[in-house]
Amino acid sequence: CLRLFSGIWSQLCKCLFKSLFFLTITFIFRNALLEGEANKVGCSLPAARKTGTTICGVVFKDGIVLGADTRATEGMIVADKNCSKIHYISPNIYCCGAGTAADTEMTTQIISSNLELHALSTGRLPRVATANRMLKQMLFRYQGYIGAALVLGGVDCNGPHLYSIYPHGSTDKLPYVTMGSGSLAAMAVFEDRYKPDMEEEDAKRLVRDAIAAGIFNDLGSGSNIDLCVITKGKVDYIRPHDEANKKGVRTGDYKYKRGTTGVLTKAVTPLALEVVEETVQTMDTS
Amino acid sequence: MKASSRLLNSSLSKLDGSIHEQRMRSGTTLREKMAAAAMVPIFGQNVSDKYDLVPDWTSREVSTGTTIMAVEYDGGVVIGADSRTTTGAYIANRVTDKLTPIHDRIFCCRSGSAADTQAIADVVTYQLGFHSIELDEPPLVETAANLFKASCYRYREELTAGILVAGWDRRKGGQVYCVPIGGMLVRQPVSVGGSGSSYIYGFMDSNYKPGLSKDQCLELTAAALSLAMERRRLQWRRGQTGKHL
Repeated sequence: CLRLFSGIWSQLCKCLFKSLFFLTITFIFRNALLEGEANKVGCSLPAARKTGTTICGVVFKDGIVLGADTRATEGMIVADKNCSKIHYISPNIYCCGAGTAADTEMTTQIISSNLELHALSTGRLPRVATANRMLKQMLFRYQGYIGAALVLGGVDCNGPHLYSIYPHGSTDKLPYVTMGSGSLAAMAVFEDRYKPDMEEEDAKRLVRDAIAAGIFNDLGSGSNIDLCVITKGKVDYIRPHDEANKKGVRTGDYKYKRGTTGVLTKAVTPLALEVVEETVQTMDTS
Repeated sequence: MKASSRLLNSSLSKLDGSIHEQRMRSGTTLREKMAAAAMVPIFGQNVSDKYDLVPDWTSREVSTGTTIMAVEYDGGVVIGADSRTTTGAYIANRVTDKLTPIHDRIFCCRSGSAADTQAIADVVTYQLGFHSIELDEPPLVETAANLFKASCYRYREELTAGILVAGWDRRKGGQVYCVPIGGMLVRQPVSVGGSGSSYIYGFMDSNYKPGLSKDQCLELTAAALSLAMERRRLQWRRGQTGKHL
């Protein structure tokens, strides 16, 4: 009986896992080789900009609240004081991204594009579980080299759903999740005050406080708090919801009135410039 | 590729399901030396702890440092697992369901890398579902176990997955199959797995006897898992820099 189906198994195995692993192995080889060559010459590969981040999501009575801070760091320097970490996947699904900024941005865009095509093909609103499957299968294929840690949330025909997706491709379906360098601070707030079936205002306040905990206790997170409230038929993308770190206003001024400094002498020298050559190049704007 | 992955896997012990290989650490030493020489922090996947705003555990692989167990009895199987998933010293999910349905009457208990086991379980669920439709019959537990073995053995260098396949079929009743890291397949009347299983081999040897009833199996499983979880908790307390959790 086993021998009968071994042919089919090996075909299936080959089909599925080949697609899963073939790309992986070629990428590992290629990138390792490139890095080796670069190091030999004495250069190091460019540093990836990471979003040292706090992102979180919570399921409440009518839907999902996603929250994120807005700081993107390049090592010890803040590269972007107001970056947007809540990415659009589909009209009813949004995704927060932590980890390497380029990876989260591109991954969410790729899956958003594929999901739109899928929705056109099925004729239905996309489901969060579909987005989750697509993301986890892509991240697993790249074996963790795509540094994207995501919080995926949305409302579909089966209700509100929230997933956390790790760079290696494992996912967890939970009522509240946090990710990023500030996730411990945010999770502390959630573990203290989360209750099932909260009202929208309570949920927003909870997420705001969780992100604030990440912002004030983690060096990798900062600036403002963005929120995204997803309910059946409506999305509220609140950017910024809370400017927790407003830049201070200067109290003094370095401009002085004319006459503050006395003028002793004044000499004016006009420079005579003559036109040597004048050419006209028409631009083809057809 | 084989040599470098052997180096990576050298920290793994082959017998029990203890995990924690750091996959992304190939080629670290050269870069770290260069970075130290240049007094410049290095970034990307292999980040040095000293200069890092983003702590180490955010880039670690998620593993189910686990205790799982499966027992046969006359008429079925009893399976059990703890519910903790960790990245380094942080518990990423404290309510994980490690008992994954593969088919109506076949389950698998997952231990090792969360990503690897989820991916394998998804693949096998598809393969078994397809096979069952072709057969127009509920599939055999042995079939499911062989599908797991096929994937785990073929990609043994890349995967970290210790799986117990347990279920019931009409032909042989309740069955438990063990597919540890490396891709072995063996049927056992009772099996434990995961990094916490080391603490309960003695308990299992002395307390299990063939011919237990369903309730006795349930009690045995609950007792064994509680013991293992308690021991693992104390181990973590004592050795926080340890690889196993």
